[in-house]
Amino acid sequence: MAQAPKIQIRNLYKIFGSDPASALEQVKAGMGKDELLAKTGHVLGLENISIDIREGAITVVMGLSGSGKSTLIRHINRLIEPTDGQVLIDGEDALLLGTEALREKRRTGMSMVFQKFALLPHRSVLDNAALALEVRGISQSERHKEAYVWLDRVGLGGYENHYPHQLSGGMQQRVGLARALTSNSDIMLMDEAFSALDPLIRSDMQKLLLELHVELKKTIVFITHDLDEALRLADHLVILKDGAVIQQGEPQSILTTPTDPYIEAFVSDINRARVLRVRSVMTPLNQEITYAGDVGPDDTLESLITLSDGNTSYNFRVVEGEIPIGQIDMKDLVKALVPRVSAAEHQPL
Amino acid sequence: MAYYDSLFNGLGLRVWCDAEPGSANVSMASLLAKTNPDTANTGPVFPFPSMDELYQACSSFPQSRDFTAAVETGFLNIKDVLKSVLDPLTQPLSWLLEFALFSFLTTPWWIIIPLILWLVWYVCRSVNIVAFVTLSFVFLGFIDHLDAALQTLAIITVCTGICILFGVPIGIAMAKSNPLERALIPLLDLLQTLPTFVYLIPLIFLFSVTEPKLYGIAIIVYAIVPVIRLTNLGIRLVDQDVVEAVNAFGMSPKQKLLGVEIPLAMPNIMAGVNQTIMMSLAMVVIASLVSAPGLGVLVLRGIRNLELGVGLIAGLGIVLLAVILDRVSKAAIARVSSGQTYR
Ligand SMILES: Nc1ncnc2c1ncn2[C@@H]1O[C@H](COP(=O)(O)OP(=O)(O)O)[C@@H](O)[C@H]1O
Ligand SMILES: [Mg+2]
Repeated sequence: MAQAPKIQIRNLYKIFGSDPASALEQVKAGMGKDELLAKTGHVLGLENISIDIREGAITVVMGLSGSGKSTLIRHINRLIEPTDGQVLIDGEDALLLGTEALREKRRTGMSMVFQKFALLPHRSVLDNAALALEVRGISQSERHKEAYVWLDRVGLGGYENHYPHQLSGGMQQRVGLARALTSNSDIMLMDEAFSALDPLIRSDMQKLLLELHVELKKTIVFITHDLDEALRLADHLVILKDGAVIQQGEPQSILTTPTDPYIEAFVSDINRARVLRVRSVMTPLNQEITYAGDVGPDDTLESLITLSDGNTSYNFRVVEGEIPIGQIDMKDLVKALVPRVSAAEHQPL
Repeated sequence: MAYYDSLFNGLGLRVWCDAEPGSANVSMASLLAKTNPDTANTGPVFPFPSMDELYQACSSFPQSRDFTAAVETGFLNIKDVLKSVLDPLTQPLSWLLEFALFSFLTTPWWIIIPLILWLVWYVCRSVNIVAFVTLSFVFLGFIDHLDAALQTLAIITVCTGICILFGVPIGIAMAKSNPLERALIPLLDLLQTLPTFVYLIPLIFLFSVTEPKLYGIAIIVYAIVPVIRLTNLGIRLVDQDVVEAVNAFGMSPKQKLLGVEIPLAMPNIMAGVNQTIMMSLAMVVIASLVSAPGLGVLVLRGIRNLELGVGLIAGLGIVLLAVILDRVSKAAIARVSSGQTYR
């Protein structure tokens, strides 16, 4: 855990408009997004963002449409230039890279998956998947060999010679995923990669991504507007609103202790039994109780409800590996299912 | 007395007016007035203060004929400089046209026609179109118009080739640079709105009528516009999501242009080429006024000598050529576009 973050974003600001420098001064002096737009015509895209992105983990950035998610992720590969702040990749300032060095970084260091797939319509699936290697100047036979492997891994074996328009949306995004995997980069940037897909297909893709992640341990930055998706994938969750981070941390803790009415509103809509885990609800061990059974700390509350058959008088012991680390009372569990109600929600409509 | 006498008197210019005799040019109106003095002063009650009208009141004032004469002298003055620059630059065009005309005419018909048919097949892979082209050429040959048709075709081939050679890069440069686009669009508008005959006027002064480049330049300047416009449009219309994606994978500008932008803009570029071909054909007929050989000459003969049949048959040949060129280039566009589907 002591290891330095793969990507560090430090006090990042982005302002869209004709004179961002002077608008930046006003923002730093405390002007808000709406006021800035009304007074100067500049759009505050990102405001003072600082995030540490851990190596080998999935960092999910969540926010409503227009909250600046796409703008943020495009700063990591500098498709968008910041107005102020730093982006460090492996401790190195990515903003100091020259054109050629930046291109090299994009070719070998990071890959990206897009909401609208953005495949090349005039190239076969195989050539699309091999794009990153083609850009690097690797020979056709070698890059096709690599692309075959990854297309097969994402479940598209046999479709190599099709064209993108012959595939369904889900399959096209598998090509997008294979294209990113073929580049064999450490960092994968995914901008609402699954948002355009049907719910069932989306769930399949999430499963595939998690499997791949266990196997490859890439550093993934995943953008979504969907909390269920965020909770399913995230090791670290960042919540964005109007271009600013309003809470970030371990997803379970955001769920149990939201710090902002905006997040509470988000959180109240989800199936908590399915996403909350025993670890977030358990209490320290109490020797005097008899336990109805042993459960793991990462079991969902839903599985416990099934296990207890709905009986709230039970207690379970929480065991990690062989060691007991806590206990869980079914009454606490039921309480945890009800979202914390804030003052904001009681305001008259 | 002229209507505007009092104006010059009032301004105190009478001395200047009578100081030197006016220009030697005699306008048609004043000639008529001299031969027929009765109508001398029966002009309108309040004539428009035109140059000629003012000249009548003041002989130092220039006539409108002096104005056109000045334009002419101005042009003739820069002509030599212009010619010394343009002549060597455009000489290769003359050679190309001469070479194309020579090789189209000296190749035996049983080689050139199958060659054309093979090319048509290669470009559009359509039996129907090849059959139509075969019939058209057999017909043109049978009525002894094959040579004229081939001359026309040779000129169009050279001019269209040059239009593409210059038009596509210019279009790409325009798509990449907004200032360049802003600068070129009025020029392209001008080239497209000028009546075709107007192109010929300065060219006749610059080059001798015996040189093929005279009509070559006229055709190219007229026909290059659509290929420039549509290349610009095509490149600008390439899906920006796709461009962003290849940027994210680190493509260099050259890889992007050759591997993504030009292929995706191809249907539009081809549509521009199709229009360029059709405009070359339109201009090559008019260019027969300045010695462009081919079917246009026969049409011109029909008009000049009132040989109705000659003119109409040559016109029919032009229509056939137009249909062939249009069908073939459209079939090529369809083949290029079928590889791509747009959402
Ligand atoms: N090029 C741009 N010019 C001006 N405003 C922009 C530009 N790109 C994004 N924005 C604004 O920045 C905000 C964040 O946009 P975006 O990052 O696309 O949001 P999200 O991806 O979260 O939906 C929006 O208000 C949007 O209008
Ligand atoms: Mg977005």
